Amino acid sequence: MAHAVEKIPSYVVAPPPELEREPLVLHNRTPAWISDKIAGIAEGKTPTWWWVALVISVGGMLMMFGMVAYLISTGVGVWGLHQPTAWAWDITNFVFWIGIGHAGTLISAILCLLRQRWRTSINRAAEAMTLFAVVCAGIFPVVHTGRVWFALMPGYLIPFPNANAIWPQFRSPLLWDVFAVSTYGTVSLLFWYTGLIPDLATMRDRAVSKVKKFLYGLFALGWTGSNRHWSNYEKAYLILAGLSTPLVLSVHSVVSFDFAVSQVPGWHTTIFPPYFVAGAIFSGFGMVLTLLVPLRSICGLEDVITTRHIELMCKVILATGSMVGYAYGMEFFIAWYGGNPYELYAFQNRAFGPYWWAYWTMVTCNVISPHLFWFKKLRTSMWFVFLVSIVVNIGMWFERFVIIVTSLHRDYLPSSWDYFRPTYVDVLTFVGSFGLFCTLFLLFMRFLPMIAIAEVKAVTPQADPHHPMGGAKLGGAH
Amino acid sequence: MSTTTAARPYALMGEFDTPASALHAAEVIRDAGYKRWDVHTPFPIHGLDGAMGLRNSRVGWFTFIGGTTGFTLGMLMIWWMGKVDYAIPVGGKPLFSPIFAFPVSYELTILLGAFGTLFGMFLLNRLPRHYHPLLKNPRFRNVTHDKIFVVIECADPKYSDSTTRRLLEEIGARHIELVED
Repeated sequence: MAHAVEKIPSYVVAPPPELEREPLVLHNRTPAWISDKIAGIAEGKTPTWWWVALVISVGGMLMMFGMVAYLISTGVGVWGLHQPTAWAWDITNFVFWIGIGHAGTLISAILCLLRQRWRTSINRAAEAMTLFAVVCAGIFPVVHTGRVWFALMPGYLIPFPNANAIWPQFRSPLLWDVFAVSTYGTVSLLFWYTGLIPDLATMRDRAVSKVKKFLYGLFALGWTGSNRHWSNYEKAYLILAGLSTPLVLSVHSVVSFDFAVSQVPGWHTTIFPPYFVAGAIFSGFGMVLTLLVPLRSICGLEDVITTRHIELMCKVILATGSMVGYAYGMEFFIAWYGGNPYELYAFQNRAFGPYWWAYWTMVTCNVISPHLFWFKKLRTSMWFVFLVSIVVNIGMWFERFVIIVTSLHRDYLPSSWDYFRPTYVDVLTFVGSFGLFCTLFLLFMRFLPMIAIAEVKAVTPQADPHHPMGGAKLGGAH
Repeated sequence: MSTTTAARPYALMGEFDTPASALHAAEVIRDAGYKRWDVHTPFPIHGLDGAMGLRNSRVGWFTFIGGTTGFTLGMLMIWWMGKVDYAIPVGGKPLFSPIFAFPVSYELTILLGAFGTLFGMFLLNRLPRHYHPLLKNPRFRNVTHDKIFVVIECADPKYSDSTTRRLLEEIGARHIELVED
């Protein structure tokens, strides 16, 4: 499968230097190279590192399931929760994971509408990340109800006729959240699967073993690459992008309503929806980089996920990180300017109260670290980008912790003030959720093309009928 | 089975290397008046819809139907459940208001709109279709790799073995083959 670096044919007239753009696929790789390379990752021999990573991840996942089983069999008291801190790590983890998902949808939907063609190299893996993050997120609100069987039974969260003849409470933002998150998970899955159909057909046509051919073929639905199909397919893809864009903006808005619609000082603010959405995209890009920076070198994908792709993602982190920093400042300003002493106290308590360490960790990670990406040298240093992406993940977890715990632990009655401490069950459940996430991601990259093959081919000059390399005669037009 | 029936011809398939040549071929076949033909490509080619004379896709109607169903269903569900079937008065708050019913109805609009889009696409494309004469052809496997195939069905009223083959030769097909059903 070794391909030499393709030379650009001499009949291709180079554009003037000021119009020259860095290509999306480096070294002038051909469509054939792209299928061989990307499908090859899922077809080749299973690498040892994959097995090692899988064993560790499955270990983490089983640990989480063990902790959840312990919680269900004993009660939510095994977590550190008690009045007035009735929400802590559970909802922090929920918001953390659901936020991570948002980068995948931003890349697949919003960047598609904005015609950012560089998204094709990263959208598949980012969408997979979204799905797996939503799976992790879904666990926490369900198990935090304690008597989980009620939460899962149709009729309590999902409207369904039940023995009590009672319906869910649609005036509650918590129920809006049920609809927002389940719609988000479902539509993300549909969008992801739609994108996969042509690539599953590629895998089907390349498969050697009968079982693989059958399974890939089953899910490829008999795709033949017909242009009459592509025409409807492309329209459906565009519409799904158009539907996912208001969806992704609404999901974290609705998550923020869980807080903003309440009367709790520190939560009851109108800035929450846009601030949560910006934070979600910020954290999600952090996770995309955490996953893709190592994977691009392990799988040898530097020509497809180029330094430019990484740099562009760093710029998104810089932009959304700045929005998050602005929101932190504005929250404080309004707490003072609004003239509500309880609101002001909530914020003073955040920065200088007993949880000052969490607040300043959040500020360091989320406000200061993204500004390092003003420097091109740092944006192009892969080790540095990887490091900052992890810092961003940590910072965004702390943001949710700060919002939830510091607003709750000192309520209106000083006699009930408290200092929340997590138990080992809290910690291990959260750590284990990374095991679940990584297990799903490892399985994805082993069995499915982790980059959208057909979409990457479509952005190469070889696929452009008006480019000399796509066969157009000199002069541009066919 | 006692008799073996000879395989019927399904279509004439011509292979092309570059998107520009396929685009040009599509224009010629469109102008020659063929109706039952198609271009199979590994990636969507910009401008091929026009070259084939395809109309704008109608997937959007399915999205519209799905979306409006979702919104109406959401509003009606919340109104009926909370105001008609089992009212729970809390703090003098209204039993129904389009404001608090909006987030859920909005999500349902998107949910059913997305299902409408996907299933509309499947319906228009007649997918899933796991059996297809082309999928039996070993050469056709390259369609998901890097080759483009122009396929003219024998059922086309204008189809004739010799002229259609000559047409494909003239427009620059690299390899021409009769595909059997």
